[in-house]
Amino acid sequence: MSLRYSDEQRLLADSARDFLAARSPVGVQRRLRDEAVALGFEPQLWRDAVELGWSAIPFPEAFGGLDFGCKGLGPIFESMGRNLSATPLLSSVVLGGSLVHLAGNSTQQAHWLQAVIGGERRLALAVDERARHDPSRIALEAKVEGQGYRLHGDKFWVVDGLGADAYVVVARTSGQPGDTQGLSLFLVPADTQGLTVSALPLIDSRNSARLQLDRVQVGSEALLGTLDEGWTALETVLDRGRTCLAAELLGMAGQLFETTLEYLKTRVQFDTAIGTFQVLQHRAAQMYIDLALSRSALMAALAALDDPDIDAGVRARLVSLAKWKAGDTAINVANEAVQMHGGIGVTDELDVGLYLKRVRVAQSCLGDRDFHCERYSANA
Amino acid sequence: MSTIEQFRHDTRAWLEANCPLSMRTGMAEGDVVWGSQNPQFPCEDARLWFERMRDKRWFCPEWPEEYGGAGLSDEQLAVLESEMRRLKCRPPQINLGIWMLGPVLLAYGSEQQKRDLLPPIARGEVRWCQGFSEPNAGSDLASLKMAARDAGDHFVVDGSKIWTSYGDKSDWMYALVRTDFSAPKHEGISLIVLDMRSPGVTPQPIDLISGKSAFCQVFFDAVKVPKSQLIGPLHGGWNLAKYLLQHERKAMSKFGEFSLPSHVDLLALMREYVPAPQTQGEHALHARASACAMNEHAYNLTVQRMGEEARAGDDIGGLMSIMKLVHTEQERDKFEVLLDAMAGHAFGWQSTAFSEQQLSVTRSWLNSYALTISGGSSEVQLNVIAKRVLGLPDARKGVNP
Repeated sequence: MSLRYSDEQRLLADSARDFLAARSPVGVQRRLRDEAVALGFEPQLWRDAVELGWSAIPFPEAFGGLDFGCKGLGPIFESMGRNLSATPLLSSVVLGGSLVHLAGNSTQQAHWLQAVIGGERRLALAVDERARHDPSRIALEAKVEGQGYRLHGDKFWVVDGLGADAYVVVARTSGQPGDTQGLSLFLVPADTQGLTVSALPLIDSRNSARLQLDRVQVGSEALLGTLDEGWTALETVLDRGRTCLAAELLGMAGQLFETTLEYLKTRVQFDTAIGTFQVLQHRAAQMYIDLALSRSALMAALAALDDPDIDAGVRARLVSLAKWKAGDTAINVANEAVQMHGGIGVTDELDVGLYLKRVRVAQSCLGDRDFHCERYSANA
Repeated sequence: MSTIEQFRHDTRAWLEANCPLSMRTGMAEGDVVWGSQNPQFPCEDARLWFERMRDKRWFCPEWPEEYGGAGLSDEQLAVLESEMRRLKCRPPQINLGIWMLGPVLLAYGSEQQKRDLLPPIARGEVRWCQGFSEPNAGSDLASLKMAARDAGDHFVVDGSKIWTSYGDKSDWMYALVRTDFSAPKHEGISLIVLDMRSPGVTPQPIDLISGKSAFCQVFFDAVKVPKSQLIGPLHGGWNLAKYLLQHERKAMSKFGEFSLPSHVDLLALMREYVPAPQTQGEHALHARASACAMNEHAYNLTVQRMGEEARAGDDIGGLMSIMKLVHTEQERDKFEVLLDAMAGHAFGWQSTAFSEQQLSVTRSWLNSYALTISGGSSEVQLNVIAKRVLGLPDARKGVNP
């Protein structure tokens, strides 16, 4: 298990950095917010990212993928974090696409996977029903009805849910909320009768949605994987998403740290750069340390995703470690960035606030610090 | 086969044949062999391994042959180190003379000094200690005051050194002394070496809050040191000290992968002492313990990453600068949780009412305070990171907002 990016992955990182710096710098995120673009990202940017092959990274060549491994997603998400770039890479490819790949049958794969990789269609994962992430606590019911199933219940905080072509809905087919057994996955096209999608605008100005499923009838072909046995694939895919979010968080934290460090060196008060003050120097050094530890945890988690022989518990530990450490670090760095910038730090004019808002949302998404701390020790 | 591949092949075969199996495992504190006039071995295999590596001249493999080394090139040295890592060979001996003083002598010593001092070090025959800190020169090392007065063909040394590890067990000391009291503080310091058996040298072990320790205070009362034992230029010792400390960091990074693992498995102890959390307080304790364990895990991964990056030729200066601070602070944080979890079980002292494990937790906890201070306190480490790694500017003298 290597804790460095390979030469190939470094090339990918360079190209992602150049592409996003040119095409999706932080100013784009500001404009998307100011214009209240409901989609939360620029379709043309996504088409060009697909052209670059980003959507093909984690999939085997047989499905039109690059077979580049999940580790290849790391540099991309770090760059997206640094530039605060919005794309549906997490929702449609890492979460939705991976579920179709890992749990779907050949018909479902043929129908959806190439379209997702090609960027012609977009999937979104509908898992959580409450504000706090808890993927086993699913109450939305799916009952056998005729030749298919009837789904009834609500989903909260579906990432990139507005405008998706279909949803992977996690539903309970047996057992109680909190059980990992009895969960099933359904592919539900957006135009299915009884399905209502509404916007859930969050402070990060990305695309978030709520779903209401009112006695939604789907055919048996909608079932993704085995009835009642959706948990294993779901956890595998959630771990991919969590790791990608950790990479995005580390990218944001790195960018905020460098901006703040530069400010400490140039901002003059009391006739001297404020970076000469030891109280600020020590806090800056602490941020540097946390970034270094986060980097190590992230690299281990990325490597774990691509290890076919790894024990699921070991993978869970490494992923939760990465999400916990990167999230905790990003929050602290964002808070320090605001504080050290002083008055200008709380103005909307400074980009720091945009990062702060995305950091808080990404940290909470797919499990916050407390969730991952608990999950880490549960898998000890 | 290329020459270097041949060397790898031969080295591997030699190590396979000569490194006893029991010397290919992790080591506890009592397993360390110190090169000295009278070396002590924990077992016969340790003696064998010591003698074979000594005779192979691989205590100091990269030193020139005329000074007792094997004259290996950088490339060969890297091969030897990687082959030793591969077999998990223990270091055959530990000696400050090799990692700390040796490089300074090679760079700054006179020809005579190199011929006199280096070969015995390379044979593991002399145990060296370091005389840097003084009671009034800790973090501010350059303010040291131990005097070496010029007395013709020798110096007369008066004063004391403190925090000298194994000062009472060492054969020789390298020490920073003040040779000019009128110059600015960095410019009146010299580096000397001296025999610890010289008349007037008195090492005195220091008891810590954790009990017995390896640390000594060493008193010097009119100790005669021949001028031939001045290393480098008179009053030029500060640069040598900086050079020496650089090698300390380099050596530590090399041995980072072998760094002794933490003695305390926090989560295992939590399961033992707070097995089934019931109350909110017990749940909170477990959450605190998990956070500590996770930080420790992240640190261990960082050690691993640093080794990997070093082998790939990446710049690991930044990572190296954080390791000591992170490790020692994390250990202390762990004890904060552990003490609350074990409560009364953690406060025993020389009593049969407590298990050996419990008594060792008490001692280790108290010892953890020393670790965040020695070898550069946490605050000095943060200064180093801020200034050398992050490039934050020095405060101007007299600015006092």
